[in-house]
Amino acid sequence: MSLATKAMRTEVNHQKTDFEPNISTSSPGKPFVWTTFTGLLRVVLLLIVLLSYQSSFAEARFPKPEFESGHVPPETQTVAPRAAKWEYVDVAVLFVLLCVMSWFVLGKRSRKGIVWTAVASVLYFGVYRLGCVCSVGSIQNISMSLSQADYIIPLSVIAFFVLPLLFTLFFGRTFCAGVCFMGAIQELVHIKTVKLPLWLTKPLSFLPYIYLGLAVLLAATGADFIICRYDPFIGFFRMSADFGMVIFGVIIVVLSMFIGRPYCRFLCPYGVLLGWMSTLSFRHTTISPSSCVQCKLCEDSCPVNAIAKPLPVKTEKPNQGRRRLIFMLLLLPVLVISAAWLGRSISGTLSGIHPTVSLAQEIKWENDQGRKTNSEESQAFHSSGIPAEQLFQDAGEIQRQFRLGSSLTGAFLGLVLALALLKTAVLKKQKNYEPDKANCVSCGRCYRYCPVGKANSVSL
Amino acid sequence: MSDQHSNKLKSGNTGNKKIGRREFFKTGLRAAALISLGSATGYLLSKSTLDDPVWQIDPEKCVQCGRCATHCVLPVSAVKCMHVYKMCGYCDLCGGYFRPQVKKLDTGAENQLCPTKALKRTFVEPPYYRYDIDEELCNGCGKCVEGCGSFGNGSLQLQINHNICTNCNKCAIARVCPAGAIIRIPASKGYLLKK
Repeated sequence: MSLATKAMRTEVNHQKTDFEPNISTSSPGKPFVWTTFTGLLRVVLLLIVLLSYQSSFAEARFPKPEFESGHVPPETQTVAPRAAKWEYVDVAVLFVLLCVMSWFVLGKRSRKGIVWTAVASVLYFGVYRLGCVCSVGSIQNISMSLSQADYIIPLSVIAFFVLPLLFTLFFGRTFCAGVCFMGAIQELVHIKTVKLPLWLTKPLSFLPYIYLGLAVLLAATGADFIICRYDPFIGFFRMSADFGMVIFGVIIVVLSMFIGRPYCRFLCPYGVLLGWMSTLSFRHTTISPSSCVQCKLCEDSCPVNAIAKPLPVKTEKPNQGRRRLIFMLLLLPVLVISAAWLGRSISGTLSGIHPTVSLAQEIKWENDQGRKTNSEESQAFHSSGIPAEQLFQDAGEIQRQFRLGSSLTGAFLGLVLALALLKTAVLKKQKNYEPDKANCVSCGRCYRYCPVGKANSVSL
Repeated sequence: MSDQHSNKLKSGNTGNKKIGRREFFKTGLRAAALISLGSATGYLLSKSTLDDPVWQIDPEKCVQCGRCATHCVLPVSAVKCMHVYKMCGYCDLCGGYFRPQVKKLDTGAENQLCPTKALKRTFVEPPYYRYDIDEELCNGCGKCVEGCGSFGNGSLQLQINHNICTNCNKCAIARVCPAGAIIRIPASKGYLLKK
């Protein structure tokens, strides 16, 4: 792409264009009368189809040779895709690893077992499968499948999405402990824990919600799969990634040597869903094999800061707490509505990520300026013979989806924030040292710190 | 009140018949989580298929922009040139093999269009030459495909090799393809080649 073309494209991207039919009709320059166009469009499309069909017949410019030497043209060499049965092997490995991990976490309480299961996961899902088909990314397939009628979702992807959630609902985040290969990498490289201050971790732990909201929005509209695109670990297995992603990956790995699971805690969108499930989990790992003696030995053992400490019984007046609760409850709708409005107001910018919308913006710009950008996108569009009106119509439809989607995403984020505030107003009761179920990743590092029943427990 | 309080104090809550407010709330949420997971799975299963999707290039749409060679997540692209021999004219002056305005029709490096020498030319009988692709060398730039398509029969075609492709969730080339030519098709359809 030439420099001039690039400059033109950036100019195109800067101007926001709305392809919503109702807004387009209000502009005096080009009135689009959509309903009358559709009939005409069909005729044009039919003509294009017929013409392209004819041209495919005319393509054999040179006749098929008749060989005197008896040479027979060989068949085209093609290799069949990986057989579908291997997808079931992936699912089976996931299921077995989840069972084994849950057993090591809840039954054996063996840190050694957890580590070796994590190694197995990295070897299979990372080294052998190159990191593709993973539960974190499956969120996007699920949201795309829920929003777009024609998107076909493979059975294995559904299994990769549902199985870890189900296991977490029953046993806590044993998936995170090491069945997830991304969690496993961070677990295996972690050597020394540097505690992060609360003022840093609290705001950072809001990031996964934003990431989840954006990923679902962009996948549901078919714009992009950002979780896969910005996966920091996948490049290591493929031995190939662009420069920015290599830097990002190295930063995350180096950070996870000293900070417990930076990706899981401050980025992973799937962790949000797993956290919800884990909060409700039927069973969950415990620090102590039987009952806590409040010896405080485990206090600093958790790399992800997920040990809830005993709280002193609060002595504030009951009215005070109630007043705060009512205030937070009143704040909830305000936050939700304002965040939804904020989301809606940036939907125009967000929709530009969708290739159809950005192409439509470019073509609109070309039409307005009366010259061509000569970018490959524009050239490909003009040679395809698709009428510009149809492109604008498609782009308008996508922008409408974005408007709804980003409002919902905003509302979701507002709700998350409001609930986090609401939680501060609810009286907490904590008597013993226990894992904080939402954030505990069942890594089992705290087991060896607990002196209760030491003779029986397995330690690493 | 004091009775309830002492009940709560019992650790583990085992054998406790009286359910506290928090416990009741939690059971409700658990049931909701199970039901929503189950119904979502059911709905998704109704939409899914046993025939897994794979990435392919729609040869009718492909414009040979060259991004296949540079945007695949693999070190060397999974997109390769494939030769449909049945369409080939076995030309001496092959638009896919030789550079435009070529002086000599021989296998000299300066005459070849392919930047990696992946296209091999062998003599069959006058005036026919056979062209084979060395997939090890091919990087999917599509220069030969463009030459063959604009000058010859279009027997050289760009396509994604299923065996090399890691079948990414979202093909990195599909994201940048200017013609939107990279699509997902059921694996049973195999290769989308013009015949």
